[in-house]
Amino acid sequence: MTDATSAPPKPASPRREIWQQFRTHKGALFGLIVLTLLVLFVVFGPLLWDPPQRLSDTIKMKNQGPSLRAPFGTDQLGRDLLLRMMQAGKVSLAVGLVAMGIAIVFGAFIGILAGYFRRLDGPLMRITDMFLALPLIPLLLVMVMLFRDRIAGMIGPELGAFTLIVFAIGITSWMATARIVRGEVLTLKEREYVLASRSIGARPSRIIRRHILPNVVSPVMVAATLGVAEAIITESVLSFLGLGFPPDFPTWGRLLYDGLQYMQVYPERVVWPGLAISLTVLSVNYIGDGLRDALDPRIRGR
Amino acid sequence: MLTFTLRRLLLAIPTLLVISLVIFLLVDLAPGSPMSEIPLTVPPETRQKMIEALGADQPVIFRYFLWLRQFFWVEPAYLFDGWFGTHWAEGEQRILSWQSRSPVFTIIGQRIPQTLTVIGTAYLVGILIAVPIGIYSAYRQYSWFDQAGTLFAMIGFSVPTFFSGTLLIIIFAVWLGWFPTKYDTQLHVTSWASFLQQVKQMALPVMTLGLANAAAISRYMRSSMLDNMGMDYVRTARAKGMTERTVVLKHVLRNSLIPVVTVIALGIPAIFGGAIITENLFGVNGIGAALIGAIHANDIPMVQTLAFIFAVLIVLFNLIADVLYGLLDPRIRYD
Repeated sequence: MTDATSAPPKPASPRREIWQQFRTHKGALFGLIVLTLLVLFVVFGPLLWDPPQRLSDTIKMKNQGPSLRAPFGTDQLGRDLLLRMMQAGKVSLAVGLVAMGIAIVFGAFIGILAGYFRRLDGPLMRITDMFLALPLIPLLLVMVMLFRDRIAGMIGPELGAFTLIVFAIGITSWMATARIVRGEVLTLKEREYVLASRSIGARPSRIIRRHILPNVVSPVMVAATLGVAEAIITESVLSFLGLGFPPDFPTWGRLLYDGLQYMQVYPERVVWPGLAISLTVLSVNYIGDGLRDALDPRIRGR
Repeated sequence: MLTFTLRRLLLAIPTLLVISLVIFLLVDLAPGSPMSEIPLTVPPETRQKMIEALGADQPVIFRYFLWLRQFFWVEPAYLFDGWFGTHWAEGEQRILSWQSRSPVFTIIGQRIPQTLTVIGTAYLVGILIAVPIGIYSAYRQYSWFDQAGTLFAMIGFSVPTFFSGTLLIIIFAVWLGWFPTKYDTQLHVTSWASFLQQVKQMALPVMTLGLANAAAISRYMRSSMLDNMGMDYVRTARAKGMTERTVVLKHVLRNSLIPVVTVIALGIPAIFGGAIITENLFGVNGIGAALIGAIHANDIPMVQTLAFIFAVLIVLFNLIADVLYGLLDPRIRYD
């Protein structure tokens, strides 16, 4: 009898353990469900909902309220708002993901260099501090305003706007990641296994790839999640101020900006895109919260 | 403490210089320029004269140093002259806006009161809402009030101000008709009626910004209170038989406010940045609106100066927060 009770339980795999902890966070679970629904909506929505849009129809369909033919109504040019919401969502989410990707890669790179190589630490952290002191929204506005036409001329208005905005957001939001990663690397570098690896003659590049990188993944993942939310908000701010995407290649922020003029008569044109942005950001923030708890071994298992 | 402050002040100078160079070059080397707005029908020699008149034909580095000198020497000297009637800045050229040909700082001086009234009130309202919420959520941790506070903060973080502002406009201005949708910059408060009108038109922008700020600050307040609640000195105070009220509102609150004060100081520059959106939405004619206008009009000196002022604010308030932290909490003296 005793050996049955005292036998240690089979150790769960770390991934499973993280999921178990994540599941207990109600907000995070809610966020995951909402975000999944939103992603399904923007990715598969256009496949299911493809209203016939002939020119003669669109003229007749101007400024219509919600109906069976157009559940969200139509805009001032007779375009179906539900379809536009789906297309815009795809761009908004893509901007968030890609900008966050740039920020994370760049931030992790700077953070590892600064944390691992003592000689680079001072200058790189000064640069990080300087970037933190830059007024970001004004600078982003200036960058978009000044470079938009040039880049649009080179690679087309749609891809140009996307590249410019994603790049601009990416290089102005890597600082938090760099600081987190640097702090992690500074402590990791003194661990025994890193010392052991160095003592057998491993080169820095190998130590970083084998021992440092896998261990900074969890804080970076949390930063990445929150980074997506921030990037989506920043993009919609730019679009809201009229310096974002062109109207025929909309994002949720742009739809909101377009709807502002008609706010008094058709408030739903502002409410839907605004609600979509807020829900996305809210669910991403909750997921980030849950991830932080789940990835922290001090909290896990309690 | 004094040496620390002085050292930080000295360190801020190179930071600001580098930032000013970055801002100047970014704005200056960008392809868009005021010259692109000149119609092609204007003959080349006239175009050349226009460029010369704007001082845009000189090398970049020359213009940078001229601008630095104007920003740090000529403009403060003008201000000084205006106050004391001296003649320090006589005959010096000030930073001129390309849109209106009037000095940039005159425009900023006209705009800043609008920003400060609305943004300042909003920040104050935000703090006044946030502090009690934070205190009570921490005191009754995990109660329904705390849960609601957490939800409120999460929503406050996530809903961007341009959407919450629009929602408020739709609800309170369009449907209920309590407040005007747009802010009237021309309104001067001279009587009770105009004061009421001013309050009414400030209500929506202040609510928008205030709620967004309250969300963040109430979280800081709560966690700071929670940190202090478990301290030994709190137990001692309770053991002495002090009332719960004295313990919480005197002992715990005073200590918990220390980090919150620095957070509030750190948030001020971000407020100015975020105000760009609110000003744009409600039509408040402040410096945020001035920046947007200048960007759209390719008014390079105005954009450079405003962006740099934002940067100075960030550096300055970082410094203030650090010094305040040391002053308020002797455990964190840096020397």
